[in-house]
Amino acid sequence: MSQTLSASTLLAVPLAPLAGALLAGVFGTTFGGNWIGRRLSHTLTILGVLVAFVLSAMTLKSVAVDGAYFNETLYTWMVVGGLKMEVGFLVDSLTAMMMVVVTFVSLMVHIYTIGYMEEDDGYNRFFAYISLFTFSMLMLVMSNNLLQLFFGWEAVGLVSYLLIGFWFNKPTAIFANMKAFLVNRVGDFGFILGIGLIAAYAGTLNYGEVFAKSGELGGLAFPGTDWMLITVICICLFIGAMGKSAQFPLHVWLPDSMEGPTPISALIHAATMVTAGIFMVARMSPLFELSDAALNFILVIGAITALFMGFLGIIQNDIKRVVAYSTLSQLGYMTVALGASAYSVAVFHLMTHAFFKALLFLGAGSVIMGMHHNQDIRWMGGVRKYMPITWITSLLGSLALIGTPLFSGFYSKDSIIEAVHFSNLPAAGFAYFAVLAGVFITAFYSFRMYFLVFHGKERFDQNPDAHHDDHHGHDDHHHHEPHESPWVVTVPLVLLAIPSVVVGFMFIQPMLFGDFFKDVIFVDAAKHPAMVKLGEIFHGPVGMALHGLQTAPFWLALAGVAASYYMYMVNPALPAAIKARVQPIYTLLENKYYLDWINENILARGARALGVGLWKGGDQAIIDGALVNGSWKLVRGISGAVRWIQSGFVFHYALVMILGVFALMTWFVWGDALVQLIK
Amino acid sequence: MTLTLGHFLSLGAMLFALSVIGIFLNRKNLIVLLMAIELMLLAVNMNFVAFSYYLGDMHGQVFVFFILTVAAAESAIGLAILVLLFRNKTSINAEDLNTLKG
Repeated sequence: MSQTLSASTLLAVPLAPLAGALLAGVFGTTFGGNWIGRRLSHTLTILGVLVAFVLSAMTLKSVAVDGAYFNETLYTWMVVGGLKMEVGFLVDSLTAMMMVVVTFVSLMVHIYTIGYMEEDDGYNRFFAYISLFTFSMLMLVMSNNLLQLFFGWEAVGLVSYLLIGFWFNKPTAIFANMKAFLVNRVGDFGFILGIGLIAAYAGTLNYGEVFAKSGELGGLAFPGTDWMLITVICICLFIGAMGKSAQFPLHVWLPDSMEGPTPISALIHAATMVTAGIFMVARMSPLFELSDAALNFILVIGAITALFMGFLGIIQNDIKRVVAYSTLSQLGYMTVALGASAYSVAVFHLMTHAFFKALLFLGAGSVIMGMHHNQDIRWMGGVRKYMPITWITSLLGSLALIGTPLFSGFYSKDSIIEAVHFSNLPAAGFAYFAVLAGVFITAFYSFRMYFLVFHGKERFDQNPDAHHDDHHGHDDHHHHEPHESPWVVTVPLVLLAIPSVVVGFMFIQPMLFGDFFKDVIFVDAAKHPAMVKLGEIFHGPVGMALHGLQTAPFWLALAGVAASYYMYMVNPALPAAIKARVQPIYTLLENKYYLDWINENILARGARALGVGLWKGGDQAIIDGALVNGSWKLVRGISGAVRWIQSGFVFHYALVMILGVFALMTWFVWGDALVQLIK
Repeated sequence: MTLTLGHFLSLGAMLFALSVIGIFLNRKNLIVLLMAIELMLLAVNMNFVAFSYYLGDMHGQVFVFFILTVAAAESAIGLAILVLLFRNKTSINAEDLNTLKG
């Protein structure tokens, strides 16, 4: 904390992409009169992100090397009672690392987009959206209070919605973005409940002040129950993370989000936005450390996601969906690490995953371009000959993903597995099994995709669907062979491949076992000794790689690769035979465990039935029928009777008068007697 | 057989009842209606006279004169209204006169 960062520099980091987004979004679209063309709008937005990246890198340098630290409120939005709503930045090692990851991947994706979206009409709009996303994500990670975190959280959700539905003429894209939005609402509801509980009991939203009160919060019980308040808070916050980070059962939106263009699948739905939940839990570690129940819950959810989403990756034929399920599974790994109190390992995996998964997605996008917008891996094969750079970089990404020793994924994933192994929570046994089995599955589906795409026979002329729905207007290309993508696509691939390989080796020592996250991530070592034990067996990155050769995860990964090689290269008839043998399981996987079915038919229909019931029964029958129409009907009935009495004939009125006189007379004369009689 | 108060009161009640029935059963002629009202007043007068005689108080008979005078005036006004009504409506049929209906 020797050196303080300047507020204006930090402010420039999120505002530069915002400026780019506004310029491109307002003046580059019909909304603002199409003043600036394609070239200018991508230059402006890339410039904005480049500024953000350079400043973030400088910030990381001064945080990591000079020990700088920044925690200040820049602007007070409003004060409600004692609750202050502020905009401020907290920059420590966790934030600085996230800033660099976000801006770096975003910069790569910006450059890549020049090539990928070349033929698209919404070129400027797309650049505006991804720059806006970068701004939102930076606001999220740089925040020093929960309210600004929530602002960033919702803003990235909004941009995600806009980008999934980027091709708004496609009904499936509209369905997918609505689904993403609605599923995220479920998670965000939990998240805002958690924030509300913190605001109610801690009286503040500022991280530092909340953590200072964490001991006090830990001692309270939830009103009316004997649950620990902190457990309720943590589970509510984690439900928010489940929505954003696509954890079972709120994961259903992520595979469908692949309807959006590939660059945003890489940026938002793999590298950055979906890891916001992981980041948030790591940031809130002083709270989560207090609740073993919440940590167990996190372990179980993460383990289910890591294992069962991996299974789904095996049977997918859409290249992007394979990578999407792989993302889900890897997010499960990160969540498991959080549950094992190995927050730094989770964040470490977040970082390595951001690089290699962005690489894999961009590689997949490059393949899709090379294949003239065919995404079905059954109709690829042998692509390595035509797209050498894409091939090499995708291979590196896949090797990193499956955890080959010395690659970045190895260090983060093996650390997770070991951390779970050392965790003393009850759920850790199941989680350990799930993450170990997940290693095999990961290797299998990754290399299934790799072999089907880059090796084997060339099958791209046989695609039965290829010639029908071509709206890109270059039919003559179709009969040609795949082609390597332009340099704007391959350069980001190469630039992402480098960290995918080396970043684990370089940073495992300081990030996991050094002082990098000291004072940032809090672990109660006495209660949760996993990280300490992990540190004891760690003898440098090379030692870890050598040791890794003798452990189960490595052999499981190798077995996965070998199995996929045998099934898809040596004996291609085998998968079909297996599929025929285990038809029920295949059907279950193909229907994604029927979760979509349950959501659509039970939850959505149930909610609709409830809505229709309230509409017909509550609104139409009770409010409209009984209250509104009922009152006029009552008045009409009474006045109808009165009108009938008022005949207009004098003799009728006279009769009534006389009858009244008789009644009164009777009462006067025999009234007392009558009362006596009744008594 | 001597005439008691009861007989006179009974006569008064009968006259009154006759006139009430006359009002209600009459659907044709407003003049009959006026006559029925006159009869009603006479029934009341009958009671006054009877009570006056049996209680030995002459005030009651003074009242009868007043009532008769007022009734005569009332009949005159009633008939005058009736003539005007007939000029306007060319009918004195009670069933046609329901303009009080709301």
